Amino acid sequence: MIDGFIALYIFMLAAFTGYEVISRVPVILHTPLMSGSNFVHGIVLVGAMVALGDARNLAEQIIGFIGVLLAAGNVVGGYVSTERMLAMFKTSQDKNKGSRA
Amino acid sequence: MSTLLAASVTNNLIQAAYFIAALLFIIGLKRMSSPKGAKNGIIWAGVGMLIAGLITFLWPGMHNYSLILVAIFIGGVLAWWSGRRVPMTAMPQMVALYNGMGGGAAAAIAAQELIRGEPIALAPAILAVVGGIIGAVSFSGSLIAFAKLQGLIKKSLRYRLQQIVNSLALLSTLALGIWIIVLHGTAPMYVVIPFFALALLFGILVTLPIGGADMPVVISLYNACTGLAVAFEGFVIGNAAMIIAGMVVGAAGTLLTQLMAKAMNRSIANVLFSNFGETASGSAEGVSGSLKPIDAGDAGVMMAYANKVIIVPGYGLAVAQAQHKVWELTQLLQNRGVTVKYAIHPVAGRMPGHMNVLLAEAGVPYDLISDLEDINPEFATADVSLIIGANDVVNPDARNKKDSPIYGMPILNADKARNVIVIKRGQGRGFSGIENALFYMDNTRMLYGDGQEAVTRLIQSVKSAE
Repeated sequence: MIDGFIALYIFMLAAFTGYEVISRVPVILHTPLMSGSNFVHGIVLVGAMVALGDARNLAEQIIGFIGVLLAAGNVVGGYVSTERMLAMFKTSQDKNKGSRA
Repeated sequence: MSTLLAASVTNNLIQAAYFIAALLFIIGLKRMSSPKGAKNGIIWAGVGMLIAGLITFLWPGMHNYSLILVAIFIGGVLAWWSGRRVPMTAMPQMVALYNGMGGGAAAAIAAQELIRGEPIALAPAILAVVGGIIGAVSFSGSLIAFAKLQGLIKKSLRYRLQQIVNSLALLSTLALGIWIIVLHGTAPMYVVIPFFALALLFGILVTLPIGGADMPVVISLYNACTGLAVAFEGFVIGNAAMIIAGMVVGAAGTLLTQLMAKAMNRSIANVLFSNFGETASGSAEGVSGSLKPIDAGDAGVMMAYANKVIIVPGYGLAVAQAQHKVWELTQLLQNRGVTVKYAIHPVAGRMPGHMNVLLAEAGVPYDLISDLEDINPEFATADVSLIIGANDVVNPDARNKKDSPIYGMPILNADKARNVIVIKRGQGRGFSGIENALFYMDNTRMLYGDGQEAVTRLIQSVKSAE
């Protein structure tokens, strides 16, 4: 499905995208952004689900279970903490119109 | 025929959902990188995650649905519960913890793939092994980082030959990894299990000696690592959404790590291998003068009649939970016509931007807060710079003293203000253990006390200054 050079292209373009998307971020947002990108790699949940869905014996089920559990923690924890931090910036933003970016 | 068609429709549906998810992640991150759209950026990304997660239940040939649901439920509820109640000051270690969980999940995917012992092609074998190492190191390393910032591990473990022991752990992990690759993933259990155990051990060993001051860089680095591990495992199981999201985070995290390391004037290699952070000898040699105390009454009057006050908050401020009091003081001074600004060092707090989060929580508006480059020329025109819980980031030795461990680090030039007031609990040293020359300068006065209580006294004093 995704093989050889196609994968290589995806790797390269995604890397540049990540670099560009972040490159002009103000220091104010570094912490929420780190937390936000932490949430985004929670997509590992999808892979962990597929892996557990494919587990054939007890050992694989245990490993798969741990994987899904950890990934779900990554997703939910990442979302909750990022959302909490950004929600606070909302009120500050209303006080002074415009950004410092 | 019809089942074949149905399978192909399902497959396309899944791929389309992953495509949309990847798109939403990138848009979400883009929005999160400017203050205007930041708050709904996370919602965009969240919608992407929801779509990708739900559609995965349609994945053909899946078993163990109940196990999947139970695991998601347990992991999700624990994370939701902890994420809701964690105080903002403890956010960095929670980010480390959640990040480590992601790394662990990536390693688990690799472990399941490799433990099965079925032959796989060379490229996926390489990426499974590399992603497995990175994920496992990120997992155990992040747990150590969490334990350190949480205060569960207080000492930085250092011993002779440490670098050699670490190198041995890494080399033996790599050797076993190569063994697995050469066998195309058919290596027996007695190779695969030690492989993962050693990778986990290496993550612990390499993180233990790193000092608390360097932890933000380490957390950021592990965040980037987890991204990479997720991307690699995404390739192994043929999941484009994981490749794209993981790679984007890997690159973004690398950039963030570089920015942080630059703000501390250190290279990433330096952070990982030089064991700074707590070892600095910190001799007081060359520091002349004495510590001159001031009481809150005099300090308050000095600020009440100033034209311009610049407040330099550090992590100590947050530990003392004094943000709200400082904002109250600011409003009092503003009402008297005093210009008040906040100077934030890039690494103030426990992560870059952490202090901004803490001040935002207290209600301090953006426009009062300035970055290092913007504020440094302004200290010369300030009557008072008020240092609360900051130390190394205002140490003029970073500019002047060539043999100082922090020489060359960009600092806030708080010493250039006409008067400097330092609120400090006692006479101890900063996070890095280095003596601060600022405290001994002629225009510096020390206001001893707990941050919150000292600021409360300042407020009383300003109120009574008529």
